Amino acid sequence: MIDFDFSERDQRVLDYVRAEALVARKYARQCDENEQDFPPDELPEAKDYPGVFAVMGKPGPEDSGTVTLGMLIAAGQTWGDYSVRMRRGGGGGLGNAALSASGTPEQKARWGGLLLAMAITEPGCGSDPSLVQTTARLDEATNEWVINGEKIFVTTGCRAQGAVVWATLDRSAGRAGIKSFLIPKTAPGFIVAHKEKKLGIRADDTAAYVFENCRIPRDHLLGGREAIPKGDSGGFRDVMKTFNMTRPATAAFGLGMSQAALDFTREQLEGAGVDLAYGAGIHGKSAAADRFHRLEALQEAALLTVLNASWLSENGKHNNLEASISKAKGGSAVREITQGCIDLLGPLGVSREHLVEKWFRDVRITDIYEGTGQIQRLIIARAILDYDRTQLK
Amino acid sequence: MISFGPTEEQELIRNTLRDFAAQVVRPAARAADEASELPDGFLQQTWELGLTATQLPAAVGGGGEARSPLTNALVLEELACGDAALALAAAAPSAFAFAIADHGTPEQQKRLLPRFCGDRFASGALAWIEPSPVFDPLTLGSVAEAKGDKFVLTGRKRFVVMGDRAEDLLVLARNAQATGGGFAALDAFIVPRGAAGVTIGEREKLLGMKSLPAVSLTLDRVEVPAANRLGGERGIDARRLLAASRAASAALLTGLARGVMEYAIPYAKDRHAFGEAIAQKQAIAFQLADMRIETDAMRWLAWRAASALEHGRDATREAAQAFGYAAEQAVKLSDAGVQVLGGHGFIREHPVEMWYRHARTLSVLDTVAAL
Repeated sequence: MIDFDFSERDQRVLDYVRAEALVARKYARQCDENEQDFPPDELPEAKDYPGVFAVMGKPGPEDSGTVTLGMLIAAGQTWGDYSVRMRRGGGGGLGNAALSASGTPEQKARWGGLLLAMAITEPGCGSDPSLVQTTARLDEATNEWVINGEKIFVTTGCRAQGAVVWATLDRSAGRAGIKSFLIPKTAPGFIVAHKEKKLGIRADDTAAYVFENCRIPRDHLLGGREAIPKGDSGGFRDVMKTFNMTRPATAAFGLGMSQAALDFTREQLEGAGVDLAYGAGIHGKSAAADRFHRLEALQEAALLTVLNASWLSENGKHNNLEASISKAKGGSAVREITQGCIDLLGPLGVSREHLVEKWFRDVRITDIYEGTGQIQRLIIARAILDYDRTQLK
Repeated sequence: MISFGPTEEQELIRNTLRDFAAQVVRPAARAADEASELPDGFLQQTWELGLTATQLPAAVGGGGEARSPLTNALVLEELACGDAALALAAAAPSAFAFAIADHGTPEQQKRLLPRFCGDRFASGALAWIEPSPVFDPLTLGSVAEAKGDKFVLTGRKRFVVMGDRAEDLLVLARNAQATGGGFAALDAFIVPRGAAGVTIGEREKLLGMKSLPAVSLTLDRVEVPAANRLGGERGIDARRLLAASRAASAALLTGLARGVMEYAIPYAKDRHAFGEAIAQKQAIAFQLADMRIETDAMRWLAWRAASALEHGRDATREAAQAFGYAAEQAVKLSDAGVQVLGGHGFIREHPVEMWYRHARTLSVLDTVAAL
């Protein structure tokens, strides 16, 4: 049955997440303004919070599914602070998502406990990963892969203990030649070149890597399939599956922050006597209330696309299209919402005494990483038009 | 529990309505628009689907199934995907009958609902909108004054859907005795169309939704018995009435927008320019992608509002968001539909210009339907 109400347990979990998130928020400004420092992995108050998994327990028949509730938990955490949330354990890095989507059972068991980054983007390739220039060559003598190339924009790349790295076995094979390799930081020739300076999400480190004759054992190829499939994209499609869950989650991260901006804006406007009650039509409310209501509707609309994508996945349904819908919608919604909140708050919105200006900066990445809004629209358009990637480029 | 899964029965109903929209509603829409008339037999044909009677109490002759705003949201989306004007005409009896079922006293239900459970089409009409350019559904100019065991109604109404044929009208008015304003002052009265002082005005000439009969209405010191105050002494839950109406509009607008998308997609694949289908160009493909993104978003907001109603909760916020969002997006999407078709979007051989007019019209008609 279609339903959007939380069970008692759902509500209890989300209340816990909010309370914990407020602790993280205390450190938000400090971490933002001191990006040269690495914030501690554990907050001083961490001992008072057992972690959301301790609160969740097993879902009963009346409770929301774990994946779907997980999206709301993610949004609840970034509602406190994105970067501080990312630094806390539990969720793992993007590389962990790739490992669980494409790794063999042995690989999952072996590396699942590590924090893994995902290294795809290179100085010369972003949205089109088929242009990957990093190479992997098998050294038959030692049974090792030899990796050479550069990777940039690696999320949590400084702090991660290893990375899932895309490299090509044969540049002339295009997408089919691309494989993912699990490379621990300890591998010889793995160089963390520098930490990027960013517009937002500053406390969440972003790294650039260089691989110089970096050697890893032969069994470090994710999924284990070494052959280059003919004609089709082969393993590439498998790797892209990772995104069916990370894309809605990425949108959820952004929507947690835009919700924070909305909550702050409501508090300020109501405190100043603006009536934000719903009910009246356009002539029965102030321009500020109308604008605010539109932004709130946009927030809810975007969040529902996220929940739909995760609900489908949780119920064993294909969600490639819906994952991209949620990412495209979330990516544009969070920008519009935080921009709009600043309109409603005026100078208060751009003051660094408050966090709205930070949320405005932090959410901007949502429409870029994990596939830009344009890439999502390509995927959506291909799906609804029944086109492949040669028919719609 | 968060869930996007309709029940099996709802899937069945949805499929039935999808076929009905494709086979009956869509083919009749253009001629109806050109003639500004409902197609012959259309109301009776939709009546036979039992959309209203199924959810009325068995005690008054109905199907006795639980009132389900969610099921109704699915139904309205499908009908409006066929044609929004015909969908709203088909939904008019429900707007009246469900209001009586949800807010009426047992006596009012017994008196007014049996006619909606028979074999022949029966209409009711919701008279809420007023002629002021600053009309607000919570701040009405129409006033009801208690006078002994009667109420005296005075005011003017517009865009009363099916007001020319409904036996009874449900007239929203401000209760002169109410101390506060807003929801608390709203009352609804059952007014026979033939009551002294009721003047049915000219049929509205509209930009879109032309096939839909809508009239203006004048109430000049119309006396109705106190028993005609909906809900009796308790009155109505005005929040619920408004939310049910806005959620219904959101579902209709979702269907309308989906219809545009489903028409634009094959057109863009078929139409070639510069050596390829125009759908193969990102400028067009991205507009189609946005149509899909937004029809999904509109639908989920409408469902969320319907779900809140189904739980019996106050759905004011959810319904306002769903309607506001759908109103804006339906205009944007149908506008994009015209653009994708280019010159053909402007030509009346294709339905897209009609849907663009529908969207612009329906999106400003706050309070015309109900879930």
